[in-house]
Amino acid sequence: MSEHFDAIVVGAGPSGNAAAYTMAKGGLNVLQIDRGEYPGSKNVQGAILYADALERIIPDFRDHAPLERHVVEQRMWFLDETSHTGAHYRSDDFNEDRPNRYTILRAQFDKWFSKQVKEAGALLICETSVTNLVKNDTGKVIGVETDREGGPIFADIVVLGEGVNALVGQRAGLRPELKPNHVALAVKETHFLPEKTVRDRFNLAGEDDGVVIEVFGDVASGMVGTGFLYTNKESISIGVGCLISDFSETQISPYDLLDRFKTHPSVAPMLRDAELKEYVAHLIPEGGYNAIPQLTGDGWAIVGDAGQFVNAVHREGSNLAMTTGRLVGETVLQLKAEEKTMSEANLKLYRDKLKASFVMKDMKKYRKIPGLLEANKQMLTTYPRAISKALQAMLRVDGTSKRDKETEMMAAMKRQRGSWWGIATDMFKLARAWR
Amino acid sequence: MTSPVDFEVPADGLNMVVCIKQVPDSAQIRVHPVTNTIMRQGVPTIINPYDLFALEEAMRLRDQYGGKVTVLTMGPPMAEDALRRALGFGADDAVLITDRFFAGSDTLATSFALATALGTLGKDRAIDIVFTGKQTIDGDTAQVGPGIASRLNLNQLTYVSAIDTLDREKGEITVRRRAEGGVQVLKSKLPCLITMLEGANDMRRGTIQDMLRAARAQPTVWSAEDAGVDDIMKCGLRGSPTVVKKVFAPSPRSEAAEMVTVEGKKPQQIGNAVVDLIFAAQPKLEAELAAEPGV
Amino acid sequence: MAQAPKKPAGGRAGMKKELPEHFKAYKHVWVFVEIERGRVHPVSWELMGEGRKLANKLGVDLAAVVLGPDDETTKRAVREAFQYGADLCYVCEDEILADYRNEPFTKALTDIVNTYQPEILLLGATTLGRDLAGSVATTLKTGLTADSTELDVDDEKSLAATRPTFGGTLLCTIHTLNYRPQMATVRPRVMAMPEPDMSKGVGKIVNHSLNMVEKDIVTKILDFVADATTDDANLAYADVVVAGGMGLGGPQNFQLVKDLAATLGGEYGCSRPVVQKGWLPADRQIGQTGNTIRPKLYIAAGISGAIQHRVGVEGADLIVAINTDPNAKIFEFAHLGVVADALSVLPALNEAFAQRLKARTKKLEVV
Ligand SMILES: Cc1cc2nc3c(=O)[nH]c(=O)nc-3n(C[C@H](O)[C@H](O)[C@H](O)COP(=O)(O)OP(=O)(O)OC[C@H]3O[C@@H](n4cnc5c(N)ncnc54)[C@H](O)[C@@H]3O)c2cc1C
Ligand SMILES: Cc1cc2nc3c(=O)[nH]c(=O)nc-3n(C[C@H](O)[C@H](O)[C@H](O)COP(=O)(O)OP(=O)(O)OC[C@H]3O[C@@H](n4cnc5c(N)ncnc54)[C@H](O)[C@@H]3O)c2cc1C
Ligand SMILES: Nc1ncnc2c1ncn2[C@@H]1O[C@H](COP(=O)(O)O)[C@@H](O)[C@H]1O
Repeated sequence: MSEHFDAIVVGAGPSGNAAAYTMAKGGLNVLQIDRGEYPGSKNVQGAILYADALERIIPDFRDHAPLERHVVEQRMWFLDETSHTGAHYRSDDFNEDRPNRYTILRAQFDKWFSKQVKEAGALLICETSVTNLVKNDTGKVIGVETDREGGPIFADIVVLGEGVNALVGQRAGLRPELKPNHVALAVKETHFLPEKTVRDRFNLAGEDDGVVIEVFGDVASGMVGTGFLYTNKESISIGVGCLISDFSETQISPYDLLDRFKTHPSVAPMLRDAELKEYVAHLIPEGGYNAIPQLTGDGWAIVGDAGQFVNAVHREGSNLAMTTGRLVGETVLQLKAEEKTMSEANLKLYRDKLKASFVMKDMKKYRKIPGLLEANKQMLTTYPRAISKALQAMLRVDGTSKRDKETEMMAAMKRQRGSWWGIATDMFKLARAWR
Repeated sequence: MTSPVDFEVPADGLNMVVCIKQVPDSAQIRVHPVTNTIMRQGVPTIINPYDLFALEEAMRLRDQYGGKVTVLTMGPPMAEDALRRALGFGADDAVLITDRFFAGSDTLATSFALATALGTLGKDRAIDIVFTGKQTIDGDTAQVGPGIASRLNLNQLTYVSAIDTLDREKGEITVRRRAEGGVQVLKSKLPCLITMLEGANDMRRGTIQDMLRAARAQPTVWSAEDAGVDDIMKCGLRGSPTVVKKVFAPSPRSEAAEMVTVEGKKPQQIGNAVVDLIFAAQPKLEAELAAEPGV
Repeated sequence: MAQAPKKPAGGRAGMKKELPEHFKAYKHVWVFVEIERGRVHPVSWELMGEGRKLANKLGVDLAAVVLGPDDETTKRAVREAFQYGADLCYVCEDEILADYRNEPFTKALTDIVNTYQPEILLLGATTLGRDLAGSVATTLKTGLTADSTELDVDDEKSLAATRPTFGGTLLCTIHTLNYRPQMATVRPRVMAMPEPDMSKGVGKIVNHSLNMVEKDIVTKILDFVADATTDDANLAYADVVVAGGMGLGGPQNFQLVKDLAATLGGEYGCSRPVVQKGWLPADRQIGQTGNTIRPKLYIAAGISGAIQHRVGVEGADLIVAINTDPNAKIFEFAHLGVVADALSVLPALNEAFAQRLKARTKKLEVV
């Protein structure tokens, strides 16, 4: 009693949901499979939602999605052991009708998104892992096997939105194994605070206003990584992320790192009296453009984190996931309408759409950053520290002239980086990578 | 009123109904330390874990003797999720009774509503066994099962750890029932109500077909009237003799614990210090302990 | 019950109408005396202690209800009921009541209630008590507060039963306003054991006959398999309890807890996650969904002190907590706190106790 669907989507994260929603809305018979107890059960962290990507899928999402706060202020902090140097940008322009960025709690958001998918007509089964792909004689993917009895289930196309680990794709030999320097491990906690305390602590006037803080420097103990803090309605999400390869090299545990971040004198006051609600560790693909695997083949396509679609510099992931999911969905709809098969050749359409979208353009633009930062850790360690020291020197009134201080600062920077040549090369590399 | 399956109870099969309740995963409920309010935000719901033992036991009987397992719940519309999950485990049919008149039910009103629905469910084909869990993790009263049995005049078999035999011809059932200090082996007759003890069995994993069927199912949804309730006054708040007068957080003890200084001490010194303090606080205890020393 | 607290408290309480006329005759506080396998469950006497207080507040009598066969156990239970404070005793003696079965016990108790009309009826929240209370309350169509942790009467002479709610994170107080009797069950050890008055003789006895014949009773007892008593934890009634929590790190370290308990001649226990991990069996769990204990000394090692654990141990005379976290909740209700690694403090304590008790025993011998 094996069933056949137009499409099977593996995963009910942002990418799988976007793909399943698009195809189901287009009238296809879609089965979505997730291993979690319910969609979002494995995604309990808070996050930033970039409106644009979702708006293209569900235009009126603002009316009913569980959004926490829209971001009116972005802070950038450089940390050393005792201080932070920061830039804040707050603008009332962010209080627009259709704000551009929101904080969300993934558990709630994913549940909501999944409900939209089901209402669009897709069939969802949870607590079921896809264990492998079923191929025919020619190697075309024709279905999936799961960890439940009752045999395989078949479909014209299998969309892999299985997230960063991408085990299904690996097992089926569609893609290589993940490299430790292509994934970051992020640890994140949610701390509960009364709504009013959140607003008071971050100077938020509007009920739904929110703040995002991005942190570089000492938080990551000289490893390639960053920290962040988001305000939700009644809680604060805080976390740090570093490359897996760095964790194993430095032997620092992710939890210790987060602890250090939380007790930093600049961070601790923001968490005072908060109650810890949940702790999660999750992988983030950070290999960038160069790490993107083959995205399509006969009867299959990859979307979201599984395809390494994360912009590490801007900490964007879910928007790329949703966009890639939507584009696959649109591709399949188009091929179906034209009565074409889901062959590798026909699925090139998806890759073309990607190339034409911001997704590939951004991925390409920043392609050098991950490797650069990894090979030149001073960019995330020495410079933030040096900036902090410099500012402190400037601000302290202690009888030294500002000019002498400047000279001393530059010398200190040079001491830390080794040479002027080193600094100059770093600047040059960074500029190139950003261009 | 669409049923998820066209499923008649086989003539010689068992007609069984399992009462399940959707409960918040209370391990994840938190009380805010400052405001003392319950933080329900994002607390996921689950099927009351005790009810799963009842469901599995019913499915085992079905697999052995043939028949049908229907899951029944009273709750808000979203309790449908719990029913769908039960179908995914392999239940055959599902019924939700939901109505604003049911809101605020205590155990008496809950058992009234469930018993009424069970009466309606068993109208064409009498129910042989009603199963409930031992207790819920939110209400935690263990009273709804006995309440249903009394109302429907079913032989009541609570805290059952195993069903030993079932004789369809004679309508006889033997079960093991946990009692204080031991296990009763009881012989009783169908129709009966069984509340299953935890650990009695291991819940199976439904097949992929079960999961697909569950995903497609539209559980039967009954209002109070559909369920056969003729007197709304027996439902919900109105039908509940008990009234919750206040809800509060336990107060902290007035004095804080006396802390034993540990700085610079070896474990043995700490041990001695603690023993001294214990016996200083409880002088009689030392004599008592010495009089009957341990092994 | 779970849904009830959603309603803002007070709203409904204000709706209290006059107690219906036919309930006004309901008077006195009753305790159901639970006999199973030849012994009275201690919870019955704990309830007598509590029932006495309620009866005094209401200015009414305290009665015991004893159901059992016509034998010495039943007679002894009746005698003891008076020693534990009963003013009178309702007795139903019948062979059918030799072992607990729901049907005859429900009939006996509801008949006696309907005939003699108590205003409050208390039962132990044991497997027997919960089985019986549910049927009796439903048959009588009255309210029942299960697993109460505190009983009181309010200004309007109504029973205020407090019990944990929302998974034990909060407490709620429940009333049965317009129905009688007001029923409540209480778990063993939640209430203190009163001192019996051995000088008290048997008082007024009201006999009641069951009016049932064995052949009309559907459920038969084929056998009773007693628990192997050797390994049976008698946690609830131990004078000294040593317990470990997740802070002990693994099952192997529970030997330290067992050793200390043995030295003190006490019992050992644990928090719930320890049971869930399978490190110790379920009957060792202490707390809201496990055993309630009232020892003279309770030592908790590596237990954070969650409210569900707390409600099970608050009756202890002296609580000693060992925890590495100075902010652990357990220090909020412990009497004595040690901020240190339990893995080193437990053996040290064991050693210190062993020496102290040996010394003490010696001294006793010398005297
Ligand atoms: C700490 C952290 C913070 C982040 N912050 C942001 C942010 O602020 N903004 C942002 O845009 N992005 C952020 N990201 C990135 C973002 O979370 C991801 O890019 C996004 O979730 C990717 O979506 P996805 O659908 O590809 O994968 P996922 O969300 O990982 O979903 C994959 C799903 O597939 C299921 N699955 C996996 N394998 C199987 C299988 N074999 N069978 C069945 N089901 C399977 C999983 O259960 C899961 O539900 C953050 C990531 C982390 C770790
Ligand atoms: C409906 C419901 C019912 C429940 N019923 C019960 C119940 O009956 N009984 C019960 O116990 N729980 C119950 N719980 C669970 C309860 O909420 C807590 O989760 C549980 O009590 C925590 O157990 P713990 O203290 O052992 O573990 P944790 O909370 O993990 O605490 C471990 C403690 O050990 C300390 N520690 C760590 N290492 C060491 C060391 N080396 N030396 C000393 N200390 C150390 C830590 O600081 C921490 O305080 C229930 C929960 C719910 C929702
Ligand atoms: N609302 C409900 N719907 C269905 N079954 C219920 C409901 N409430 C309780 N039950 C059943 O009754 C048992 C005992 O519940 P309780 O008396 O709340 O401890 C549970 O294990 C369920 O099987």
